[in-house]
Amino acid sequence: MDFLNAIILLLNYIFIPALTYGSQLALGAIFVTLIYGILRFANFATGDMMSFGTMATILFTWYFQSLGVSLGVLPTALLAIPFGIIFMILYMLLIDKFVFKYYRHQKSPPVQFAMVSIGVMFVTQAVVRIIIGPSDRRFFDGEKFIIKAREFKEMTGLNEGLALKSTQVITIFVTIVLVSLLFWFLNRTKTGKSMKAYSDNEDLALLSGIDPKKIVLVTWVIAGILATIGGALYGLDKSFKPFTYFNNMLPIFAAAIVGGIGNPFGAFLGGYVIAFSEILLTYAYKKFFIYVLPESMEPEGLVQLLSTDYKFAVSFSILVIVLLYRPSGIFKGKVL
Amino acid sequence: MRKNLNVIAAYSIMMVLILMVGIFQSWNIALSIFNLCLISAVMTMGANIQWGYAGLINFGIMGYTALGGLAAVLISVDPVQEAWRAGGFDILMALWLIVVMVLVIRFILKRFEKSKIRTYSIAAIIISGILLIRFSAEPGIEAIEAVDPAKTGFLGGFGLPIVFSWIVGALFAGGLAFIVGKVALGLRADYLAIATLLISEIVIAIIKHEDWLTRGVKNVIGLKRPAPYEVDLQTTDWFIKLVEKFNSGKLSVIENLADRQAALNQLVIEGSSVFVKLCYSGLFLVVVIILLILTQKALYSPWGRMMRAIRDNEEAANAMGKNVVKQHLLIFILGSAIVGIAGAMLVTQDGLFTPGSYRPMRYTFLIWVMVIVGGSGNNFGAILGGFVVWFLWIEAAPISLFLINFFTAGIPETNTLKAHLIESVPYFRFLLMGLGLLFIMRYRPKGILPEKIEIK
Repeated sequence: MDFLNAIILLLNYIFIPALTYGSQLALGAIFVTLIYGILRFANFATGDMMSFGTMATILFTWYFQSLGVSLGVLPTALLAIPFGIIFMILYMLLIDKFVFKYYRHQKSPPVQFAMVSIGVMFVTQAVVRIIIGPSDRRFFDGEKFIIKAREFKEMTGLNEGLALKSTQVITIFVTIVLVSLLFWFLNRTKTGKSMKAYSDNEDLALLSGIDPKKIVLVTWVIAGILATIGGALYGLDKSFKPFTYFNNMLPIFAAAIVGGIGNPFGAFLGGYVIAFSEILLTYAYKKFFIYVLPESMEPEGLVQLLSTDYKFAVSFSILVIVLLYRPSGIFKGKVL
Repeated sequence: MRKNLNVIAAYSIMMVLILMVGIFQSWNIALSIFNLCLISAVMTMGANIQWGYAGLINFGIMGYTALGGLAAVLISVDPVQEAWRAGGFDILMALWLIVVMVLVIRFILKRFEKSKIRTYSIAAIIISGILLIRFSAEPGIEAIEAVDPAKTGFLGGFGLPIVFSWIVGALFAGGLAFIVGKVALGLRADYLAIATLLISEIVIAIIKHEDWLTRGVKNVIGLKRPAPYEVDLQTTDWFIKLVEKFNSGKLSVIENLADRQAALNQLVIEGSSVFVKLCYSGLFLVVVIILLILTQKALYSPWGRMMRAIRDNEEAANAMGKNVVKQHLLIFILGSAIVGIAGAMLVTQDGLFTPGSYRPMRYTFLIWVMVIVGGSGNNFGAILGGFVVWFLWIEAAPISLFLINFFTAGIPETNTLKAHLIESVPYFRFLLMGLGLLFIMRYRPKGILPEKIEIK
């Protein structure tokens, strides 16, 4: 019984939250990696683009709510996401046309691109804050829990409860569907394959008649879908605040690089690596050991490796270590 | 004279702008903008040395600024004797353990060939060392943080004049830059940018949460000042006489003696705050001028030529026998040390240390905007960038408020859109910075004052 309790404890406090957080990071990391692989720059506007997409989703959610449209137990935001995606893609294409296109034609070095993306970051941040304001917003509606901790305890008779939030299930489900679709697209369709070819060797791809304009367009479309869904899922699960989204850029970068930048599958796994290590290293295992160990060996302290304040620092340290020992990432990067 | 005309013109325009703020808004605001412009200028000089001279991208400016600020605290605050008695021994033991750990690792690195076993054993030493330190220092840290937590709860500093911290801040930042440079400088440009950004976040996390050292988010307030206090000035005779003399024209108009005294008191209160700010301006100006002279000398020295050669073609410079790795490390340390000075100056001016306020937007990306806008590789350009961008950063709100009112003059006050726009005035500064950066990058990629190298 104690053993079961311990497992439920870990599931409830480590496994499910980490899986959810990891999925959100993974979507952002694939976005970063796609831009890096095909447009060849580190996009510092990542977090703010995600907040733009989320903002559009929230505005549509409010609109639908005012119309009285709802999905019953599911959050209305799911209905608003497609519209949010359209706005996000339009915004990205606009920015690409007025900003990035020029430097692409100039064949500027990646550093210059990164600087330009900082300019885009400032502008996007301003746009988001001017339109929706800097404050914390929750836009979740519908049923909050699938299983409540108390119900679970009554059902199973265990001491530990397992709470399953509907946003967690939605996040994991949507991520799996979206990522499978994406990999199917990249590996099986002609456009996807030409994207890979373009990322692998630009000149060769151009020689074989691949249209760079189309590649760039498709890349931004996919990026828009990933950014909006990733951002909206994060916002649904936690809350929407422009500043948090800007900060999320850092673990997302860490996930993309740990997985091997330019490699979408690596980025996908990288998201989970970062999320799990953040939560595993900062969780206090006291209760777990109380369940598992005999009474005489019960720990006195919290048995916490690092205090939760260092949550972000953990992922950054992992990144720094990976960069130093294996700059190409855990799964060799550089090729889509 | 002729060839420096654009420099002179640009600086004159800047000065006129600040003077206009003084005339139309108030001298207090103008001087506080000017002081922060000077601090920003020091930061941009540091970043410019790294980016403009050597082409090294450092997105960790925030971390070095915070370390400079930490130096200001550690130098100027009086030591908390009780905290030292409570947990000083444990902290010293932990420090000693760290030193031992580093020495052991160095020994292993020197003694053994590179192999898997070596890597794993070093990793094991680091992990077990961290655990050991964490659990052995725990009681000491708790004891220190329990000492009067509302007021102290940390070890305090050395109780020296705060101006010393400007040098110590440089040393701290340089020391960190040495470690960061040793491990990260081999990375490609955009990886280096991300790595430095993340390392600076780690530094901030440590400063925020190690309460025994920095008081963390509880902030340290009331730091010593190199300048006199306003309250003291207001009761000092010579200062009151000075204010009276300055405003004799204004005061002599007032007939009534009591009214005149009241007016004088008001002027003294305003004047004291202006005077204190002027003291800071003087101190900061000295630092800026010294650094400017040094960096200009360095730029035109053989060393500066070598740095440019390394920046423009690393392989060729390497082939000419220049030690690229060593020079990169050196310039990384130098630039970061200058940023550290700026960090200490900033805390000195504010008189308080708030770890929570260090955010990458303000302390990393804004500084980069300054360098790019001003003109990388040109010290005058970098300083000008610091001035222009900081000025716009502060004055963006009034300017955009004016513009919004101007363009929506026909719309009634109650209009939702207008009210919303006026409410979001503070965020127009981000828009202004972003657009400014994008336009400069597009149409004047070398900045307002581009790099100009003359071979003498």
